[in-house]
Amino acid sequence: MKFTCLSEGKGYYFPPCHILNICGFRVLLDCPLDLSALAVFSPLPIAISSLLDEETSSQSSEFLDSKSLIQAEPWYKTVTSLQLWSIYSIDLVLISSPMGMLGLPFLTRSKDFRAKIYATEGASTLGKLMMEDLISMHIELRQFYGPEESGCPQWMTWEKLELLPKALKDIVLGSEGTELGGWMSIYSAADIKGCMEKVQSLKYLEEACYNGSLTIKACSSGLEIGACNWNILCPKGRIVYLSGSVFASTTASSFNYKALQGSDVLLYSDFTACNDVDGVKNDFPPATGSSYSSDSGCWETTTESSLDSDDYSEEMEKISFICSCALNSINDGGSVLIPIGRPEVMLQLLEHVSLSLESSNLKVPIYFVSSAAEELLNFSNIIPEWLSGQRQERFYSAKPLFNHIQLLNEKKLMVSPAIHSSKFLTSWQEPCIVFCPHWSLRLGPVVHLLQHWCADPNSLLIMEEGADINLAFLPFKPMLMKVLPCSFISGIKLNKAIPLLKILQPKHVLVPESLRPHIRCWNPKFSVRYFSENETVAMPKLKNYADMDIATDLYSNLRKDTKLIQKKDIARLKGELLIEHGKCRLVLGNKQVLSSQDRALLFLGRVELNSLLMALQKMGMKATAQHTQSTDGSENMSIVCISEPNEALIVVTSTRTMISVVDETTASLVSEAVRSTSGFI
Amino acid sequence: MTPAKVNSLNLEENESMPIECLVLGAGQEVGKSCVVVTINDKKIMFDCGMHMGYRDHRRYPDFSRISKSGDFTSVLSCIIITHFHLDHIGALPYFTEVCGYNGPIYMTYPTKALAPLMLEDYRKVIDRRGEEGLFSSEHITECMKKVTAVDLKQTILVDRDLQIRAYYAGHVLGAAMFYAKVGDAAIVYTGDYNMTPDRHLGAAQIDRLQLDLVITESTYATTLRDSKYAREREFLKAVHKCVASGGKVLIPTFALGRAQELCMLLDDYWERMNLKVPIYCSAGLTIQANIYYNTLINWTSQKVKSTSATRNPFDFKYVHSFDRSMINAPGPCVLFATPGMISGGFSLEVCKQWAPCEQNLIILPGYCQVGTVGHRLMSAKVPTKVNVDESAEIDVRCQIHQLSFSLHTDAKGIMDLVRFLSPKHVILVHGEKPKMEKLKKNIESDFEIPCYYPANNETVLIPSTQYIKAHVSKSFLQSSLSPNFKFLKTTSRADTDIILNEKTESLVQVCDDRVAEGALIIQNDEKGQHRKIVHQNELMAIAGGENHEVQFAHCFPVRVCNELKDVAVSPGENMPPVLDKHSLLHLLYTKLSNDLQDVTIQNAGDSLQIESFTISACLKEKCPHRLHVNPDSTSEAVNFCCVWSMGDEKLAWRVISVIKNLELKTG
Repeated sequence: MKFTCLSEGKGYYFPPCHILNICGFRVLLDCPLDLSALAVFSPLPIAISSLLDEETSSQSSEFLDSKSLIQAEPWYKTVTSLQLWSIYSIDLVLISSPMGMLGLPFLTRSKDFRAKIYATEGASTLGKLMMEDLISMHIELRQFYGPEESGCPQWMTWEKLELLPKALKDIVLGSEGTELGGWMSIYSAADIKGCMEKVQSLKYLEEACYNGSLTIKACSSGLEIGACNWNILCPKGRIVYLSGSVFASTTASSFNYKALQGSDVLLYSDFTACNDVDGVKNDFPPATGSSYSSDSGCWETTTESSLDSDDYSEEMEKISFICSCALNSINDGGSVLIPIGRPEVMLQLLEHVSLSLESSNLKVPIYFVSSAAEELLNFSNIIPEWLSGQRQERFYSAKPLFNHIQLLNEKKLMVSPAIHSSKFLTSWQEPCIVFCPHWSLRLGPVVHLLQHWCADPNSLLIMEEGADINLAFLPFKPMLMKVLPCSFISGIKLNKAIPLLKILQPKHVLVPESLRPHIRCWNPKFSVRYFSENETVAMPKLKNYADMDIATDLYSNLRKDTKLIQKKDIARLKGELLIEHGKCRLVLGNKQVLSSQDRALLFLGRVELNSLLMALQKMGMKATAQHTQSTDGSENMSIVCISEPNEALIVVTSTRTMISVVDETTASLVSEAVRSTSGFI
Repeated sequence: MTPAKVNSLNLEENESMPIECLVLGAGQEVGKSCVVVTINDKKIMFDCGMHMGYRDHRRYPDFSRISKSGDFTSVLSCIIITHFHLDHIGALPYFTEVCGYNGPIYMTYPTKALAPLMLEDYRKVIDRRGEEGLFSSEHITECMKKVTAVDLKQTILVDRDLQIRAYYAGHVLGAAMFYAKVGDAAIVYTGDYNMTPDRHLGAAQIDRLQLDLVITESTYATTLRDSKYAREREFLKAVHKCVASGGKVLIPTFALGRAQELCMLLDDYWERMNLKVPIYCSAGLTIQANIYYNTLINWTSQKVKSTSATRNPFDFKYVHSFDRSMINAPGPCVLFATPGMISGGFSLEVCKQWAPCEQNLIILPGYCQVGTVGHRLMSAKVPTKVNVDESAEIDVRCQIHQLSFSLHTDAKGIMDLVRFLSPKHVILVHGEKPKMEKLKKNIESDFEIPCYYPANNETVLIPSTQYIKAHVSKSFLQSSLSPNFKFLKTTSRADTDIILNEKTESLVQVCDDRVAEGALIIQNDEKGQHRKIVHQNELMAIAGGENHEVQFAHCFPVRVCNELKDVAVSPGENMPPVLDKHSLLHLLYTKLSNDLQDVTIQNAGDSLQIESFTISACLKEKCPHRLHVNPDSTSEAVNFCCVWSMGDEKLAWRVISVIKNLELKTG
């Protein structure tokens, strides 16, 4: 069993990507896109304006301004190392979040792609919406630049790349200059359709069986609606793939501990702790030296609720803080722009913003501009099974899961697929609150709205931390608009990583190299191996033997047929072989399974002359035996002559027994005698 | 002591713990479904229903049979509720809040959402009747808090040994069949199900499973139903005719399920026929239910789901809510009112008002419990008088139409499900005794599966499957994971004739060697018994034996025709061709190929080979395998010597007998 980390990713929007070899199958874990790399491209309005004053485009390679951005139809950056693997060799793709499937159409459109893709229903629905939204936003740019030239675009030539400022070059080529091969031109709607047809969607905890030998189960991870950790059962053991997880989420179904407990191998692929500087400052190492020692009783005392407790309240505080900031802006006569691409957070914000508007009696329209808006809102209202306990409680008390249906009916929320639709333009009113894609600030309605508001100091942009803010705002400078950077929980913090491992109690753990100091100072009970990007780690050996189940009725049947050979009871197998869910089973089949092996009996041991004689006599035959040597004198042989009821001759040497007969009846009698006295199975 | 240990001790005696199936309700009757099944020491209660026909203690299952002490929590591992109908969930609040059961309860999301509505509705009816309400509103709320909602196909671990899984059952929104497995023993409890899709729900769907027992409903154990569309048309025609002539239509229904299906049907029809007559739903109940239906669109049929992207199919265009004051308003209308069997409440109130008028129409559901007004109307011949309670009597002059489409599967559906699941045993519940008896006979004769239909409070014991674990060698595991099917040609035999076309002379059969290539090795030592499965190639080394070949030999004369001899002795030849063993063998080869079409004969030049059977011409004066010289062996015969391995005996003697009947001649 081997594990290769292809990419550690960059948090929520670009989840990690790995290859796992298990029981002879090659499993690809997630297939994301690095959409933050879109920052190198110029958004549409800037491209138009720079087209008008062409003379200023003297390219200086160090000074970064809005003209340094690449003015071309954007390409998309995939996981570069994935290109090194043959698509054909992948047997299975497991998707753990909607973001984890954005790069899938690049794989599935290849004719070499033959793998089976598993994703939860929630993740595949949201993933599909995101992909479709991406191409619908992209079309706007394509319409501007015209049809793409075939082959490599201009900006990708080395001469042009050399001219790029370092900040941009680092994004395009990667810090080591190796990542140009990961760039791809956008997929088509047909590619998405083809991709979705290959995705088998699962419910949480639904068992899917791959090739009879792997049983795969998605367990909710709490990160997003439909996001999951994977539980893989193979004949040799149980492997858990832990992706970015949130213990108590506000909207999505919460982290499922129970399903991940007691695995043989845990692949820890949540990189949040690796970048969790606060965690290091607050909790490690002196404060924890004693409390995490493995011999104290804290294995038992660590409870799930202690992990859950702050996640939820922290997130809710953030949401209400954002709402109050939005309200302040509105009160100042400004508008609020929220380009957050996380469906869970977006839905939560939408609801809370509308509630706070209502409670402060502000009548300000809320817009949701996205090609996916209507479908997302519809979808979110019919998925009680995929939501948190709090949301489900609303459903049980006969309230809709989210209040946006009501907002739509009351015309407080307006939904539009695009910014240029006439219905949208006629309903437009400022100040307002707008939810729209795309968080990269390079695609979609957000570009136009930013252009519109960036000079307004009363308006507010609510965006997620993480991106290079300077680069992100480059096309919109000077930015006079207020900016509220915020971060939402997207994984396991460092101070919770180890308590979690204590709860899950795996036998072996694979963790990112950067966690080594923290794990080492804690001295865990299980074996730990470390992995880093583009390095293959051999996984601990699990079991030598797999088990097979034999039905008791068949077993007792087999016992009757056993022969004692070398102090072992040996019997040839029979019955019907069932292989499902990683289990081999032999049952007494109702249908006769034909086998060509009926004839080729295997003989173990040798023919015992005396017992053979006795058996023959018992059957009423007249037999005499004599010992002699073969004609060349090399071998001892025994000869048994049978004279009644019919003639037969048995010649036994150490390697061979030759029975000469004259008729079938004698032959079968002799045969029976030989079988009964020697080790045939 | 864990049950697993007990089992391994008993292995040698082959005594596995039987599955114990105690029927507390719906045994040879319809009402208060409740079956307690014990699998390897885990007790599961399937459904906890109420009998609508009784008003005393008989309306509840006799829970004292589960635990004499009344400590149900420690005795039962869990309760599973299949759907929200009262005859499946009605006793649950009583059992948890009054009897004190405090353990896990599982049901699907829709059931958890809709069950409180049903329970509350019924509680009000009891209150209105002035009976002692056996559970309160608070009881229902508290009870529902203990419920864990599950999604379809999720494998839920109730505890370390017990796993359960829900499958789509059709019937009503959220109805599920449940699979439960403890150790190696597994069962399915179907609850109520429907094998054909209806207006808003899909057909039941389940995986092929290895099952010891299926407990199935048998409401329509002997009924076969024709096309649904004809029955729907009939219903629409009756309604249309009534409203067209100015009459009022009363449709008493359960608030959930049937009401939505009929609303959908009527809404659609109204749209198509451009009708303006109002359709009403009584009280807020059905309206409120529609909110749930809107959210639960994923649990309806694929057809409804696919239309839901544009318009919510449960937002009815022509359906409005009804006010009590409108009962005697003039003009035609259609009204849905609860309860379904007119056992009281609003539907009875309206029934009293509308029944005396000839123009009006009452549509009765397919099944009405004995003792309800619905049941009396069903058997009534109009015009007549019907007792509604002890004192009152109504004059029934209106038309009565009985709905003939049901939420339950028909007999064919039950048989289809049993055939599909092929369990080792079947238990029938939720049906009428004589019909169940007939269905039992059909199941036993058609599938050879033992079938039982216990009465209430009877227990049936079913032997359970148990597996014995054996280690598997890598080599055998690999060979079993890679199917290596071969195709065998065989002549049609008596047993295959039955299944296959008799005309086919030679059939291709698939043969699978994977199992037969394996061997089981059992070794006892001081540590106990070790079982291992190895591939035959590994066997020799493991058993420490040497390869010892056992062969049979037979040398016998074959007649050679005179003509051949005559031709053969021709001048100029060094050797008479009759002694040319190559040509003789070739002749034999041609003959055998003609006569034995199912085997592959290889011609190696100086010998012919069929599997391990080898035959060659024997020119030796004295062959050790020619035991006695045949008296009629003359110069007209040539000896053939054949050798074969043990195991190919049947084949060998078949070939020999063919050869012995031959006469070799040119041709």
